[in-house]
Amino acid sequence: MINIEIDGKRIETENGTTVIEAAHKAGISIPHFCYHKKLSIAANCRMCLVQVEKAPKPLPACATPVTEGMKVFTASEQAVKAQKGVMEFLLVNHPLDCPICDQGGECMLQDMSVGYGGGASRYHEEKRTVLSKDIGPLVSAEEMSRCINCTRCVRFGAEIAGQMEMGQAFRGEHAEIMTFVSGTVNSELSGNMIDLCPVGALTSKPFRYKARSWELSRRRSISAHDSLGTSLAVQTKNNHVLRVLPIENEDINECWLSDKDRFAYEGLNSAERLTKPMIKQDGKWQEVEWQVALEYAANGLRHIANGAGAEQIGALATANSTLEELYLLQKLMRGIGSDNVDFRLRQSDFSADDKQQGTPWLGMPIADISRLDSVLIVGSFLRKDHPLLAARIRQAVKKGAQANIIHSVDDDLLMKVANKTIVAPDALVAALSQVAQALDAEKNGKAQTASAGAVAIAKSLSCGGCVAVLLGNFAQQHPQAAQLQALAQQIAALSNGKFGFIGEAANSVGGYLAHATPGTKGLNAASMLATPRKAYVLLNVEAELDTANPQQAIAAMQSADLVIAMSAYKHHATSYADVLLPIAPFTETSGTFVSTEGRVQSFKGAVKPLGEARPAWKVLRVLGNLLKISGFDQDTSEAVRDEALKGVDVAAKLSNTISAIDTNAVSAAGGLQRVSDVPIYATDAVVRRSAPLQATVDAATPQAWLHSEELKKLGVQVGATVKVSQGQGSVSIAAAADDKLPRGVVRVAAGHAATAALGAMFGTITVERA
Amino acid sequence: MSTPIIFNTLHFDQPWTLENYLKVGGYKALRKVLAEKMLPEAIIAEVKASGLRGRGGAGFPTGLKWSFMPRNYQGDKYLVCNSDEGEPGTCKDRDILRYNPHMLIEGMAIAAYTMSVKTGYNYIHGEIFEAYERMEAACEEARKAGYLGQNILGSDFEFDLHNHLGYGAYVCGEETALLESIEGKKGQPRFKPPFPATFGLYGKPTTINNTETFASIPYIINNGGQQFADLGVPNSGGIKLFSVSGHVNNPGNFEVPMGTPFKTLLEMAGGVRGGNKLKAVIPGGSSMPVLPGEIMMDLNMDFDSIQKAGSYLGTGAIIVMDETTCMVKALERLSYFYFEESCGQCTPCREGTGWLYRIVHRIEHGEGRPEDLDLLLDLCNNIAGRTICALGDAAAWPVQGFLKHYRKEFEYHIEHKRCLV
Repeated sequence: MINIEIDGKRIETENGTTVIEAAHKAGISIPHFCYHKKLSIAANCRMCLVQVEKAPKPLPACATPVTEGMKVFTASEQAVKAQKGVMEFLLVNHPLDCPICDQGGECMLQDMSVGYGGGASRYHEEKRTVLSKDIGPLVSAEEMSRCINCTRCVRFGAEIAGQMEMGQAFRGEHAEIMTFVSGTVNSELSGNMIDLCPVGALTSKPFRYKARSWELSRRRSISAHDSLGTSLAVQTKNNHVLRVLPIENEDINECWLSDKDRFAYEGLNSAERLTKPMIKQDGKWQEVEWQVALEYAANGLRHIANGAGAEQIGALATANSTLEELYLLQKLMRGIGSDNVDFRLRQSDFSADDKQQGTPWLGMPIADISRLDSVLIVGSFLRKDHPLLAARIRQAVKKGAQANIIHSVDDDLLMKVANKTIVAPDALVAALSQVAQALDAEKNGKAQTASAGAVAIAKSLSCGGCVAVLLGNFAQQHPQAAQLQALAQQIAALSNGKFGFIGEAANSVGGYLAHATPGTKGLNAASMLATPRKAYVLLNVEAELDTANPQQAIAAMQSADLVIAMSAYKHHATSYADVLLPIAPFTETSGTFVSTEGRVQSFKGAVKPLGEARPAWKVLRVLGNLLKISGFDQDTSEAVRDEALKGVDVAAKLSNTISAIDTNAVSAAGGLQRVSDVPIYATDAVVRRSAPLQATVDAATPQAWLHSEELKKLGVQVGATVKVSQGQGSVSIAAAADDKLPRGVVRVAAGHAATAALGAMFGTITVERA
Repeated sequence: MSTPIIFNTLHFDQPWTLENYLKVGGYKALRKVLAEKMLPEAIIAEVKASGLRGRGGAGFPTGLKWSFMPRNYQGDKYLVCNSDEGEPGTCKDRDILRYNPHMLIEGMAIAAYTMSVKTGYNYIHGEIFEAYERMEAACEEARKAGYLGQNILGSDFEFDLHNHLGYGAYVCGEETALLESIEGKKGQPRFKPPFPATFGLYGKPTTINNTETFASIPYIINNGGQQFADLGVPNSGGIKLFSVSGHVNNPGNFEVPMGTPFKTLLEMAGGVRGGNKLKAVIPGGSSMPVLPGEIMMDLNMDFDSIQKAGSYLGTGAIIVMDETTCMVKALERLSYFYFEESCGQCTPCREGTGWLYRIVHRIEHGEGRPEDLDLLLDLCNNIAGRTICALGDAAAWPVQGFLKHYRKEFEYHIEHKRCLV
């Protein structure tokens, strides 16, 4: 620790900090633009010039390290003259038309010019104009004349997002921020550039000119689109969500937001929104009053329960439903007498259900990820499935952590990967067990017999520091998920590390806590669809997009006598459902998500439900009443939550421990195996309807990706249409080459209408020339 | 003038060949260093004793700079020669590269030996292809003859030199921008600290010297630092190449001892053209403040004398202007240069250089306003000393210098909308 003095205030600060950091810690503000605590120091805006005793010239506070006894003056005559001089320069080429700028009212330059700018400009020469650029559907670079070249966006790309998509081209006054050869910004974190931009150069394309910042109400919320529990500010005007911004939360999202969380709101007011209850009569859909719809649903359920039996009723919910919704759904089912309820719709292996006591979770706080020395990530499309977790791991890797990957695809994670083993899905268990074997040999001084790749990973994991094994979505959806879990446990034990699941959705942990899983008598999500029920209650589910086997799911829905779809959208369910109950998405209801790290976070609705949509917990409550089931008298979602978590010590419930499981590798199946990801903007109903997200490169129509040798074997050219078939269904999509894929696999995305006619996300698949 | 030290091969038809360089005692110094296994401390002591100050413009003592290199650093270190001679008026380094490339190679090899560096880069200004080709050929000759590469002259000393042709950006002459450029990035100066001696090329300890600085080293080793120092004057040791340009009859590079009177140098350059009266001189490259002719005629060309008169010796590029020169037009041209060459990284320079140029341009074109001159000076104060590198200063100093000595001409221009001359 060293002592310095800023503006006469004595401050004790750590050695190695900069003047601006010390000042901010002491509550002294220094004007700045290019400085950002999460980005590297650029020292280019010069706004933070301060006077330092004994220095002949003012020094930039952001780049000047503190030294013992240093005396800094942030508001002395010399400092203020320098700051005002810089402000004047910043404004010479900046348009002085704040009233028509989209950033007006929330602009750093505007705010700062109040304090440091002149009343009138001394600049009477011609101003610079910089042409607008189209950099994609999310970030607007319409008004680049406003850019002050602070390079925050450039540094964000290079340092946080992992790819330098923006750069400063040209020199001097002609310098311009632009993308490389007029490309688009495709990072899944690109929206953060909008927040970082201190002026109106980079703005939100969907939000542009929709409202003034001061007209917006701000509501705290929690992300519904992945499992991190990101803190959101949902901004509304006239009962419409107009913008979503991050709320800084160092333990979860730091100050960032993924594009998915930021722009998903555009799907909230989609034309597909279901705003009135509907029932199908004589094959025609009719809008009806709530009372009619609910009674219809209740009667239907009662009829099936009394006739075919309650076990003929199944309930399926998505993992991004709230804790309250999931709790009441399972309570309703159990009240009817059915144990068939599940929220793990894309899971295919449920053999761990009776072998683990606890609720599977991340296995550690999210913040601990930053402190890892070595991590093994198994079966995860990390960047696209969990953008901010990937960013956190990327930072850890920059600080020296080693990332090891075992997966069936080799997508660029935009970070240094120490070791990777890329194998077909049916070889995943074997690859992991090789690592366990190598670790065992490493630890117990046995001769190494494992593959070189496995030994390298084992060596990285036995570094003696903080180690973790993380199982991604792909590993959780894998047909041998329980074996992967058991092996991860073994590897973690051998490397004195932790292991856990990166939860797929907002309530992947909450679903367990709400008991939205079948008991010993009930059927899990896969069984409910494999042995079709006579009736289904769907909560937020789009059967052909949200399930592990869409073909099977749709067949089950179509053969059912009664399908009650609780949904925010009028979707494909119109072809198989009998009742559509309009429910509120997360912005229109209060609720609770339990994040992958076990953090219980409740939120309030940001706006009133659209049309006649109602929060699903209320709908379920009334259904419970209509079915005369006791315990459906909660008045608030908080009451539901308290009942669901009554006497539950969440932290104590979290456990990934699994009892011994045979880890016998399956015999390799002949032919091609399917590898499927759920593309980043296809994960849930809201995201799928966000027009700007659907216009991104990441939302492109799925293709059939094969190793070019496999394409050659099939006699298929890249770009040619191929017929991809599973079971009775087939789709025609374009063939594409990815030589980083293992042989014998074809990667076809799930969760997308273009591939919804296919079967299971794993298993055999055929590709032939169309 | 006695025998030239740097241009000591000029009397040959092909002054640049290894053969001719050897004829004038070339590579003797390197031989001596290696044969005697001279201690690095001893070499640095000689360089310090020589009073050699950086010839690139800033005049930093070379021996001191060399002593900053971490001695016991494990890992790569680099030596870089700054041949990115871009300061208008300066053309001395180009002629070293063209006419005596081996002297540079020898100087760099000695420096590399002193600082235990194995790899050197010579960053050559983008527009002088001939010099680059000459250097490439010379390096190849040196490699074949065992002056570069492994086991130099049979010793265990290893050093290789790579020539890098820049793309002509003035700012790449700033040493950290130069390093960025070698690394393949956009040539923009880095914020200092850290200085190159600790965080230089590819983040490794790096020493950067000017071409002429390196070329002065063999003489110092051969004859001792004191003898070099004695050639010049106190605080400005040795000889110096001066590029004399502008309104003189015989412009060119002149190798003279430090402290040579300007008057002598002007005579060597054939005097002012057409017998005209001397009006003004920029004594150290275009970024240095201009001085009136009558002041210059009494000055000696060394660091202290010029500084006392209110300018700097800089690169030693002397730009001579006779009485027919319009000072507004001259400044307009200079300001345009710095406006075009600003890298655009930091605010005062990016935004200020254009502003300066536009005001001077307006004055030159009869659209000046009375308040413009004070505005110019105020802007200069807001640019100089506020930027990451010295380009901001380089843009401000000419304006300040011209206004200090020739304000009346500017006022005349504003008032009468035409030249005084």
